[in-house]
Amino acid sequence: MENKPDYSDDIKTIKKIMEESSRFLSLSGLSGLFAGFLAILAGCIAQFGILRSKSFFFNENLSSLSVPEITSLKIKLITDALLVLLLALAGSLYFSYRKAHRKGQKIWTPVSRRLLLSLIIPLIAGAFFIMIFYLESQWQLIVPAMLIFYGLALIGAGKFTYSEVFYLGLAELLTGFSAAIFQGSAIFFWILGFGFFNLAYGLIMYRKYEG
Amino acid sequence: MKVAISSLNKLFENRVRLGIMSVLIVNDSYDFNNLKETLDVTDGNLASHLKALEENKLIKVNKQFIGRKPNTSYSITETGVTLFRSHIKALEDIIKSQ
Repeated sequence: MENKPDYSDDIKTIKKIMEESSRFLSLSGLSGLFAGFLAILAGCIAQFGILRSKSFFFNENLSSLSVPEITSLKIKLITDALLVLLLALAGSLYFSYRKAHRKGQKIWTPVSRRLLLSLIIPLIAGAFFIMIFYLESQWQLIVPAMLIFYGLALIGAGKFTYSEVFYLGLAELLTGFSAAIFQGSAIFFWILGFGFFNLAYGLIMYRKYEG
Repeated sequence: MKVAISSLNKLFENRVRLGIMSVLIVNDSYDFNNLKETLDVTDGNLASHLKALEENKLIKVNKQFIGRKPNTSYSITETGVTLFRSHIKALEDIIKSQ
């Protein structure tokens, strides 16, 4: 008897190719865990190491300081934030590369390029905007802007990777607006948005897709 | 059951063609080399199946130059979308009836 063609296998292949060619699925939950952990660490360093205060309301601490002291604080905080950004980016590239390698997939594909482009445009726009805030000494708006542009980047990127990224983006956006309203508590919202939300996202994704 | 099987499109019986259509239905356009990598097939094999799909007007070919290098990309036609959708529907109907 002739072998019957396996139609359910056909459907599975179609679905798999459709998904893999339109979404970048090598993004690892470990990236989120790592970035979240770093952000919490950096937030604590900023709060207890650099600002040395029990309060999250750093505006109050600043009014008693001299101009050079404030400048030195700013430089330390910026360095702290940039270090986290670089390490988190390096981590997410490393974990994605590792996951792609393990699954025998390529990391540089048309869809990963689209994902990168949709992330990079709002992030670069945000970086310029934040630079303007910094130069104009509007630095109470820096953390809210970071969270808002990060949120927008993730919302856009959600189309090209796991759809959960979209919801992480929404959470970051809301955190950003809260940080803009409660301006004194920037470090608290930084830890919440970049720390806990990334951490929670990473944990959920790792358990759901890699565990 | 017989009706369902006869509604399967002969053009899509081949795995490579099924793969090409699956990629093109979710992407505006895709170039030759990326198709080759995604589907893991040889140049000749991919080219002959692309040709067959093109001749049946299920996909369109766009040739352009990127710098001085020629680049051939493919996109699905409206006919292609309709036929491929009904092929998937037919496959699903058969599986359900089994």
